[in-house]
Amino acid sequence: MKILVPSKRVPDPDQRIRIAASGHAIEKDDLPFVLNPFDAISIEEALRIRDENRAGEDEGEVVVVGIGGAAYEKELRTAMAMGADRALLVECETAPDPWNVARILQAVVEREQPALVLMGKQAVDDDSNQVGQFLAALLDWPQATFASKIEFDAGRVRVTRETDMGIETVSMELPAVITADLRLNEPRYASLPAIMKAKRKPVDRIDCADLGIAIEPRVRILEMEPLVSKRTCVQVSSGTELLARLRDEVGVL
Amino acid sequence: MRILVVLEHDERGLRLASRCALTLAREAAACSDGELELLVMGYEIGFVAQEAAAYAPVYCADLPGLQHCTADRAAKVIADAARDCGAGLVMGASTSWGKDCVGRAGGLLGGAMATDVTACAMRDGILAWRRAMFAGGVGAWIALEGDPLIVTVLPSAFDPAEPGGEAGEVTQMEVEEATLPNQIRFESAGTKSGGRPDVTEAAIVVSGGRAIRNSDDYERLIGGLADQMGAGTGSSRALVDAGITPNELQVGQTGKIVAPDLYLAIGISGAVQHLAGMKNSKVVAAINSDPEAPIFEFADYGLVGDAYEIIPELIATLSDDG
Repeated sequence: MKILVPSKRVPDPDQRIRIAASGHAIEKDDLPFVLNPFDAISIEEALRIRDENRAGEDEGEVVVVGIGGAAYEKELRTAMAMGADRALLVECETAPDPWNVARILQAVVEREQPALVLMGKQAVDDDSNQVGQFLAALLDWPQATFASKIEFDAGRVRVTRETDMGIETVSMELPAVITADLRLNEPRYASLPAIMKAKRKPVDRIDCADLGIAIEPRVRILEMEPLVSKRTCVQVSSGTELLARLRDEVGVL
Repeated sequence: MRILVVLEHDERGLRLASRCALTLAREAAACSDGELELLVMGYEIGFVAQEAAAYAPVYCADLPGLQHCTADRAAKVIADAARDCGAGLVMGASTSWGKDCVGRAGGLLGGAMATDVTACAMRDGILAWRRAMFAGGVGAWIALEGDPLIVTVLPSAFDPAEPGGEAGEVTQMEVEEATLPNQIRFESAGTKSGGRPDVTEAAIVVSGGRAIRNSDDYERLIGGLADQMGAGTGSSRALVDAGITPNELQVGQTGKIVAPDLYLAIGISGAVQHLAGMKNSKVVAAINSDPEAPIFEFADYGLVGDAYEIIPELIATLSDDG
C-alpha cells in the first residue's frame, strides 16, 4: 500500500517566539526548525503499517511531502532517515495557509495516487487543525481525525478516534485521509547510519505551477501580539493559607 | 449578513460549548449587522430544536441517517444549509466534533476558515478574528478572505449564551437519506472515565503534573482533592504520556483548553504548551516544589512545596470544614 504523509516544518516548540518589527510575522532568523511533532507521529505510523504489512499487501511505500523553501530538504531527509522511501518537496517561498496547502496536497494526491493519506491533526505553529479535513473534502474521500489506533480489515481501515466524549471507532473504505493524535505512537529516532544513507535517497522537487496551482490566499494576519502574563503571584506559606485566601480574597471556594 | 451557527447536543440538550459559541456569534452579528440562523442535526431531536429556538430561528435536520453523525454526512448538511440560507458566515464550537465536521464543511465551502477564535472586532471595515498561535505564545488578529467565512469558537473564552434576542421558528430541512454520503461508518463509542465534572465545563479544575508518580497517587491526591472541592480533574501531557491519566484529561495546546473560575496546578512546571490550555482561567493557584517553575509567573497564588505533603493537608482542611 502506498501511504502519503504530508508534513510541515515548524519552529522548535521549545524555543521562545519573537514577533518581527512588522507585527505581522514572527522573527525567523536563527530560529531552529523541526518536523511538526504530529507529522513525525504520522511518519512513524506509516512506517509501521508498511513494515508490519498491516494492510495485508506485500508492496508498501511511504512518501513524505513537504511544502516550503529549499531549507525544507533537511526535515525531509530526517523523514527518510526514519525510514520513508522517498520525499517530494513542493517549492513555495512562503508557507501557504491551510486552504492552499490542502489544494496543493490534492494535486499531489492526484499525481501519486496513494491509498492512504496520513498526516498530523494540527501543526504546532498556527494550530489550525484544518488541512486534513479540507483535503478529505476536496478529494471527496472519507476522513478519520484524531486517530489513536489504525487497523486494517478486509479492505477497510478501522480508526480509533480521541474525542471530547472519549473513544470512538469508525471504519472507512480506502482511499482515505487519517489525522494523527498524540497517542498513536512514539516516533523513533533516526540512527546515524540511517541518516548517512538518507543523504543518498531522492528528494523530488516540483513547484505550484507544475501542479497547476495558483495560490488563493484565505488568511491575512493583521497584527500579532506576544503572550504576557498579567498576573502577579502572591506567595503563600501553607495549604491552609492558600485555601483561606482563595475563599476570602477571590471567593472561588 | 446571515450567520449560520452549527449547534451540538447530547441526550440532555444543547452542549455548553455550543452556547459559548453563540455568545461570540451574537457579538459577530452585532458588529456586522448580521442575523443569526441556527442548525441542529441528529435523529429524534425535536427537543433540541425547541431549546435552540429560544435563541434564534432554527434549521433542523432530523433523520435516522444522522443519528451517529459522521463527518462526511455532517459536512454535507452544514454546507447545504449554508448555501440554502445564503450564509456569509458559518460558525460552530471548537470541540472535537466541530473541528472534524465544521472543518470538513469548510473544505466544501472554500476554506476561508479560522479555528479556536477568542474574539471578533471590526477593524478598518473588515471583520477581524482573534486567535492564539505558537502554543499561545502569540495572539493574532486575522482577516479571512472568501465567502462564506467559517469560524470555530474556543468555548472556554466565552460565557454560555442565555436564551433571548430574536426567538425563532423551527424549519425542518429537507434532507434525503439516500443522498447522504456513505463513506464513514460509525462503529462504537466508549464512555468517558470517572464521574467528575468534565474538565472543560467544571468551575474548578484540579490538575496534576510530573510530581504525581502513579495512577493510584493521582486518584488519591488529585482526585481526592477534586472531590472535596466539587471540581473536575485535569493533567499535564507528561502524565498522559506516562499512562497515568487518560488522554481526555490533558490540558494544553494539543489537549483541552479550559478557563475555569479556579485552576489549581499541582506539580506542573508550566511549559508554554500547558499554559496555552489554562492561562485564561479566572484564578490560577500553583503548588510546585521548584520555586523557579514558570507556572508561578502565570499564577495568582503560589505555594512552594511537596505535593505529597500539601495535598493531604488541603484534603484534611476541607473535610474538617465540610
